[in-house]
Amino acid sequence: MAQLNDTHIEVSNLSFWRGQRKIFDDLSLTIPRGKITAIMGPSGTGKTTLLKLIGGQLTPDQGTISIDGDNVHALTRRRLFELRAKMGMLFQSGALFTDMTVAGNVAFPLKVHTDLSETVIRDLVLMKLNAVGLRGASELKPAELSGGMARRAALARAIALDPDFLMYDEPFAGQDPIAMGVLINLISRLNRALGHTSVIVSHDIQETLSIADYVYLISDGKVLAQGAPDQLNGSEDPRVEQFMKGRPDGPVPFHYPAPSFKDQLFGDSQ
Amino acid sequence: MIQFLQQLGATTVNRVAAVGRAGQLLSQSLIAKPAPMMMLPLLVRQLYFIGVLSLVIIIVSGLFIGMVLGLQGYTILVDYGSEQAVGQMVALSLVRELAPVVTALLFAGRAGSAVTAEIGLMKATEQLASYEMIGVDPMRRIIAPRLWAGFISMPLLSMIFAIVGIWGGSLVAVDWLGIFSGSFWANMQASVSFSEDVLNGVIKSLVFGFVIIWIAVFQGNDCVPTSEGISQATTRTVVYSSLAILGLDFILTAMMFGDF
Repeated sequence: MAQLNDTHIEVSNLSFWRGQRKIFDDLSLTIPRGKITAIMGPSGTGKTTLLKLIGGQLTPDQGTISIDGDNVHALTRRRLFELRAKMGMLFQSGALFTDMTVAGNVAFPLKVHTDLSETVIRDLVLMKLNAVGLRGASELKPAELSGGMARRAALARAIALDPDFLMYDEPFAGQDPIAMGVLINLISRLNRALGHTSVIVSHDIQETLSIADYVYLISDGKVLAQGAPDQLNGSEDPRVEQFMKGRPDGPVPFHYPAPSFKDQLFGDSQ
Repeated sequence: MIQFLQQLGATTVNRVAAVGRAGQLLSQSLIAKPAPMMMLPLLVRQLYFIGVLSLVIIIVSGLFIGMVLGLQGYTILVDYGSEQAVGQMVALSLVRELAPVVTALLFAGRAGSAVTAEIGLMKATEQLASYEMIGVDPMRRIIAPRLWAGFISMPLLSMIFAIVGIWGGSLVAVDWLGIFSGSFWANMQASVSFSEDVLNGVIKSLVFGFVIIWIAVFQGNDCVPTSEGISQATTRTVVYSSLAILGLDFILTAMMFGDF
C-alpha cells in the first residue's frame, strides 16, 4: 500500500490553456516518492501535457508544480537544466538521437553530466543495455530497431544517470503483447531496484494497474478519481466504471461535440 | 471590413512575435556560456555538412558564371576594341556582386533548407525535447554549432566562388578567345582594390551568411512539428533568405559604393 506522506512532486491548482481549449482546470495532485504513480484518462485529456508541464517544457497559466519543494517554473534556465539531469523521461516515440548508435544514445547523458572515463562509461552503458536486454544491439542505429526495441533503448538512456524520478509517456502504446510484457516487467523491476519515483501516463488500463501503487484518473481537466488500483476497480462512479471497463459509450461520450446528425444530413444543404 | 482588420492585426502580431522569438533564439544560443570542448567537435561536424558538402555546387556554378562573364564581356568589349579589359570586368563583377549574392542564394537552397528540415524533424521526433529532458540545452547543442558553421562557411564559399569564377573567365577569354594573358591579369590587378572590392565582398557574404543561417535555424526550431509544417518551414527558409539576400545586397551596395 502506498505511503502518501513523503511527497516528491506536488501539482497544485494547475490551469493550462491551449489556445481556446482548457486542458487543465484547477488540477491538484501529489506524487509520492519511490512509488509508481499512474495518471490515466481518455485520449486528449492532456496526460502528455502534464508530463511536459512537470518537466518545465511548458509553463502553466495558473498554479504551481514543485519537485522536492522547488517550484519548477520559477527556476532560472540553468537551475532548470540541473534539475532535469535528475529526471528521466521516456517519450512515446522513444526520441532516440538518430545520429548516434544505441550505445551512443545511452552514453550521451553520462558524457555530458559526469567526468567518468571512457572505460567506466562503456561499462555503465553495457550494464544499462543489459538491463533492458539490448546489449547485443549496442552498435545498431535507431533506424534499425523495432518499435519495442527503440523504447527499451530509450528506457536504458532514461535510467543512465540513475534519476530520482522517471516519467513514462504511454510506454505500452502500440506494442505487441511480448514487448508489452517485457516493458511492464522492466518498469516495475527498475522501480524496485533503483527506488526512484515513477510516473506512468497511459490509457492501457490492465497493464498499468498491474504495476501501479497509486492511480489518478483524469478527465475534463480535473481529477475524476484517485486511489489504489483495487479502489478504482471497485468504484461505483459510472464515469470511472466506464473507463475501467472500457465501455465504448456512457457518461464519457464517444462523439466529439457536434450538431444533431439529422440536422446535418437533411438540413439546409441547398 | 472588421474581419479584415482583425486578420491584419492578428497577422501583424504573429509576425512581430516571430521576430521576437527569432531574437530570443539568437541570444539564447550565442550569449550562452561557450563550452569549447563540447562545441568544437560539433562545430567541425557542422562545418563539414554545411560548408564542405556545399563545395561542389559552389565550384561548378562559379566556373560557369565566370565563363559566361568572360564570353559576354568579350563580345561587348570587342566592339570598342577594349577586350583587354575583360579580366577587370570579370573580377570586379564577381568580387563585388556575383560571388556573395549567387553563393548566398545557392547556400540558402543547399544548406539553409537542409538545416531547417533537420531541426524540424528533430522537433517532430521529440529529439529536441529529449535533449531538454536530459538536461542539455538544445540551443547550445544543436542551434549554436549550426549558426557558427553557417557564419564561418559562407565567406569562405564566396571567396572560392570568386576564385573559380575568375579562373573560368580566363579560360574563355585567354585560352579560347586569345586575349593576351599579360593584359588580362595586369588590368585585373590594377583595378581591383583589396580594401574596397575584396573586403566589401567579404563583408557582404558575412552578412548574408548570418541572415541565411539565422532564418534557417529559426524556421526549423519554430515549425509546426508535422510533415506539412516542416515542408512549409523549408520553403519559407529558401524564400525569406532569397528575398533578404537581394534586399540587403542593394542596401549594402548603396552603403559601400553609393558615395559619388
